[in-house]
Amino acid sequence: MTALLVGRRAPSRLRVVAWRFFQSTQGRIGFAVLVLLFLLAFAGPALSPWSYTDKDFTAFLSPPSAEHWFGTLQTGADVYAVTLRGMRKSLIVGLLAALVSTALAAVVGAFAGYFSGWTDRTLTWGADLLLVLPAFLILAVMSPLFGAGQWVLFVIMLALFLWMVTSKIVRGMTISLKQREFIQAARFMGVSPVRIIFRHIIPNLSSLLIVDATLNVSAAILTETSLSYFGFGIQPPDVSFGTLIADGSRTALYAPWTFWFVAGLLVVTVLAVNLIGDALRDAFDPASRRPR
Amino acid sequence: MAGFLARRLLNYLVLVAVAASLAYMLAASALDPRSNYADRTPKPPPAVVDAQLTALNLNDHTPLLQRYATWAGGVVQGDFGRTVTGSPVNEDLKRRMGVTFRLVMIGLIFGSLLGVLVGAAAAVKQYGWFDRLSTGVSFLVLAMPVVVLANMLILLGTLANERLFGHRLFLVSGEYSDGLDTGFWGTVSDRLRHLILPTISLSLGLAAVFSRYQRNTMLDVLGADFVRTAMAKGLSRSQALIHHALRTALIPVATYFAFTFGALLTGATFTEKIFGWHGLGEQLINSIFTNDVNTVAAIAVIAAIAVLCASLAADLLHAALDPRVRAG
Amino acid sequence: MTPVLEVTDLNVSFGDVVAVRGVSYAVRQGEVLGIVGESGSGKSVTSAAVMGLLPPGATVTGSVRLHGKELIGARQRELTAFRGKTMSMVFQDPLSALTPVYRVGDQIAEAVRVHQKVTRTQAAAMAVELLDLVGIPNPAQRALAFPHEFSGGMRQRAVIAMAIANDPDVIICDEPTTALDVTIQAQVLEVLKKAQRETGAAIVMITHDLGVVAGFADRVLVMYAGRPVEVGGVDDIYYGPRMPYTVGLLSSIPRVDTDGRHPLVPIEGAPPSPAALPPGCPFAPRCPMRLDACEAAEPPLFDVGPAHQAACIRWQDVRPRVAAKHAVPVEPRDGRPRQDRQPVLKVDGLVKRYPLLRGSVFKRRVGTVHAVAGVSFEVREGETLGLVGESGCGKTTTLMEILELAEPQEGRIVVLGHDTARLGGAERMAIRRDMQVVFQDPLASLDPRMTVYDILAEPLRTHGRGDPGGRVAELLDLVGLDPSHAARYPQDFSGGQRQRIGIARALALEPRFLALDEPVSALDVSIQAGVINLLDALKAELGLSYLFVAHDLAVVRYIADRVAVMYLGRIAEIGQVDAVYEAPAHPYTQALLSAIPLPDPVRERSRRRILLEGDLPSPADPPSGCRFRTRCPKFRAELTDDERAVCVAVEPSVRLLDKDQGAACHYAEKLEVT
Repeated sequence: MTALLVGRRAPSRLRVVAWRFFQSTQGRIGFAVLVLLFLLAFAGPALSPWSYTDKDFTAFLSPPSAEHWFGTLQTGADVYAVTLRGMRKSLIVGLLAALVSTALAAVVGAFAGYFSGWTDRTLTWGADLLLVLPAFLILAVMSPLFGAGQWVLFVIMLALFLWMVTSKIVRGMTISLKQREFIQAARFMGVSPVRIIFRHIIPNLSSLLIVDATLNVSAAILTETSLSYFGFGIQPPDVSFGTLIADGSRTALYAPWTFWFVAGLLVVTVLAVNLIGDALRDAFDPASRRPR
Repeated sequence: MAGFLARRLLNYLVLVAVAASLAYMLAASALDPRSNYADRTPKPPPAVVDAQLTALNLNDHTPLLQRYATWAGGVVQGDFGRTVTGSPVNEDLKRRMGVTFRLVMIGLIFGSLLGVLVGAAAAVKQYGWFDRLSTGVSFLVLAMPVVVLANMLILLGTLANERLFGHRLFLVSGEYSDGLDTGFWGTVSDRLRHLILPTISLSLGLAAVFSRYQRNTMLDVLGADFVRTAMAKGLSRSQALIHHALRTALIPVATYFAFTFGALLTGATFTEKIFGWHGLGEQLINSIFTNDVNTVAAIAVIAAIAVLCASLAADLLHAALDPRVRAG
Repeated sequence: MTPVLEVTDLNVSFGDVVAVRGVSYAVRQGEVLGIVGESGSGKSVTSAAVMGLLPPGATVTGSVRLHGKELIGARQRELTAFRGKTMSMVFQDPLSALTPVYRVGDQIAEAVRVHQKVTRTQAAAMAVELLDLVGIPNPAQRALAFPHEFSGGMRQRAVIAMAIANDPDVIICDEPTTALDVTIQAQVLEVLKKAQRETGAAIVMITHDLGVVAGFADRVLVMYAGRPVEVGGVDDIYYGPRMPYTVGLLSSIPRVDTDGRHPLVPIEGAPPSPAALPPGCPFAPRCPMRLDACEAAEPPLFDVGPAHQAACIRWQDVRPRVAAKHAVPVEPRDGRPRQDRQPVLKVDGLVKRYPLLRGSVFKRRVGTVHAVAGVSFEVREGETLGLVGESGCGKTTTLMEILELAEPQEGRIVVLGHDTARLGGAERMAIRRDMQVVFQDPLASLDPRMTVYDILAEPLRTHGRGDPGGRVAELLDLVGLDPSHAARYPQDFSGGQRQRIGIARALALEPRFLALDEPVSALDVSIQAGVINLLDALKAELGLSYLFVAHDLAVVRYIADRVAVMYLGRIAEIGQVDAVYEAPAHPYTQALLSAIPLPDPVRERSRRRILLEGDLPSPADPPSGCRFRTRCPKFRAELTDDERAVCVAVEPSVRLLDKDQGAACHYAEKLEVT
């Protein structure tokens, strides 16, 4: 009986949302660009004979050519190879940080909103504290700890400063969801609070969380870039968008290719992620769309 | 009301104290002022280094808690200690605070006004050419970190100076030119020419965020019953929008203000550093490189206070705009 | 006399969806036209189209003539010149109809200043006069208040004041009293009648409530699926309907004035979605008189009498339905007298207070709300107690206190023999199994992310009842749904079906006691009747006891055995249903019953209403002595000063007047009102 019933699912919400998402031009463009960028970041390096560690001692700071598609840096490194390498790192850092921070926001916000009283006050106070602490300063001060290979720690610290505003929104929505009758029904049925949070509350906030996670990807990439620009983020020999932009900006005036390729790719990446986030929001919330 | 305000201020005080302590501890344990002496030639004897570090309360051989107690004792009396070079932190930062304050205020006012105006105009004609244009531009701006934007502005400014104006119209380094003697108007114009690009760099992102937000709240309100009532009264669509919708849509934007302030401070830091303004932000980055624990901690305190002031200001603004909040 | 407003063949579509199809009507000066229909029938869209206030994206065709001047296709400038001046509108939701950030007086003055050349001061003075006209006390002072400081009834008066500010010729009222309580509704309807007398305007009254228009309208237009299906004089429509839909609508409304329990006759099925209309007559799939010919073509409006038209090919055969006898026995089947049956719920002196907080930014405690102030009642096995009252009376708070199964602040709650103050975890779980709840809004009470199967399985899993598969199918069958629909989501069902799912979930664990929180008030009348009948049948079949919380006294009369009327946190009157409804003893019950409009034009016109003055006092600052005395018609008009002193000083408790009827009034006296 169960199998029979479950086998006949009506069009699932996921499919509806996906359909609406791909109906929008924004969503299609954003998605296509991001897929291309991922392909470029992970498969792109194979196309070029140069790896990001190679130095061409015959061409320092040379403009784009058939040999070096994006030109070379002052060190003789191939801009194409290092840019893709940096993009790869930035994408991974952004995705991971966004995932961690959104998960944190969901759990903290839902618990604070569902259990009012001390749990709420403590968690809210913690979030307030992190909002008051200047994130950039803390991350910068901790930068010596992010030495070679320690970028995972960096991701976690980055996520730690990204979740607060979302968790406040989640908390507010949980408080109003808690008044909703289906939560009350579950409560009066005897379902335990933790189960209610994970089975009813968080799934019902999933649209907000998915959109938020997407926008956090771009926030994380931007923060990472700024920190690395000043030397506080990804540390050499790792490269990221930030370290490359910092290098490039010094030579940008007379060797534009060292700056514009990487800056352009960064902007395109973030733009694509934001477009996806915006289209997802519309797809989840059809009321926000115009009547056509 | 008074009791409420007192409770709130007390909460703020605790937040600042905890934030400051955390920042100090982190800075004191992560930064290494001793390494500043390592590169000196001739290398100073360890005893001298120790003595100097102790004098500055930076000696890592002193237990962290003891250093913290000394530092906190000073802070309670309003003394943030000394920099690594031995000059008082207070004086240095006092001078720089004015610079940062000016930059942040101008950026804030310019950015939020521009954002609100653009957002409202875009919402009135949703999917019109202006809406599409402003949406496109704000998406582009939102995809650009301040460091990229600032660098691009410098590059474009330099290019414009060379190709378009034939002289240096945009000045991209510092707050004013040293040793300039061109009278009052000369100084004003010099300051303005220094100001344009950093202000754009700081406020464009803010304007983009605000315009998106204002547009969305405006669109929410456009379908509201009271706008329909206003039109049923005989107001034209634009009258109803300006009198009723815009005014009401400003309320949530005002609360949003507090959330963006932290980002604005960070943006100011990058802008100062890149444009060579001698403000707090520039000093923050420099002091991390010079392992200047006391300066870093002092700037953290100032930033925390600024964020809390902004959140209080946002609440007051909210109350001023919304009679439902100030009721009773 | 030429009509003031003439609508001819009006069509409105949003994209491919046609919301209004071929609506025509005309109103003359001083005439009241009632437009009646269920949700989705296109009645509100019609009025918005007439006012030119449809959202962009709507396509309107046809003709709307105001004083002979065509409005469809007119320029914005011309439209704004007549809007609010010649033709004005009163909206449904007074909560959101006023701009929250401006003072009420200024908003009314704005309506004046748009159309009249007056100074700011003059306009402000006129606003005060208008507020006075619509019956707002201290108008000069209240004009300075913000909308959130007004109660719902006062806001609606302010909106009416705005609508009559420029002495219009037509006032369109879109469900003007739907969001209001009955006693406030009676007040607002009086204000509307007064406004009509003052301005001589024609009124178009849009409503879903056949009672509201019965005593008010001259003519009635019934809409179904975006189109008028019957038009005629009010008496013709109510006493000689010629369209099966009108007949069904009339016989599915519960009425407070009919004694005993003849069953409601629901209309089967649900109204069609405007995006997927059935071929032929849109009512055919639900029609008890359907013929094959009905599905061939949509019937036009036939002339069925003088100024009476109906869209039914069988109009000659249509007769008003005669009430049948109740199918379900009134007494519980075991027939034991009430005192021999065990109480399943006993509430004794229940008190619930909570802090009153002000301001959202500068939040602080400014007082205590006495939401429930000493309530006692009991529900015995196999019986239904209706807990009725207007919003703010504490009925929902009482219900929630019971459902929490926690120790109350004061008083005692005994559920199924267990005092909630002394419950262990296991016992509480056991009671949760035996006591279930059905909520008001069926969509809100079902998790939209779960399939119906998972929703129904949740209580079974929570209480460890093994594989829920078979039970789920059984439950769906029990409430009259197709078990093969278990894999669907709640959104895929209509309102009435969703409420059936909610009921099925409540029954999953075979409880003994159901708490029902306004289970039918979110449903259209034609569907409501079906759910009421289902609840009644389940009670008899499964031997359940109900605590039925509702604001609608008519519904309670149908389902309850006993009724408790609450006012401001106290019980005003309690007793056997027929006793209370036929001869209420408390002045509040009397006013409440007399405020309910009857779908019966002749009786409505001859009825004397007991109008209550003013609004519900704040539960944070209840009056001393009797809580009702500030609005009590008896206190105001009948009592002597000495008698009044008792009301002011002593809070009355429920006093037994009869075998099973008690009232909390020092001067309770039975009175026939309906």
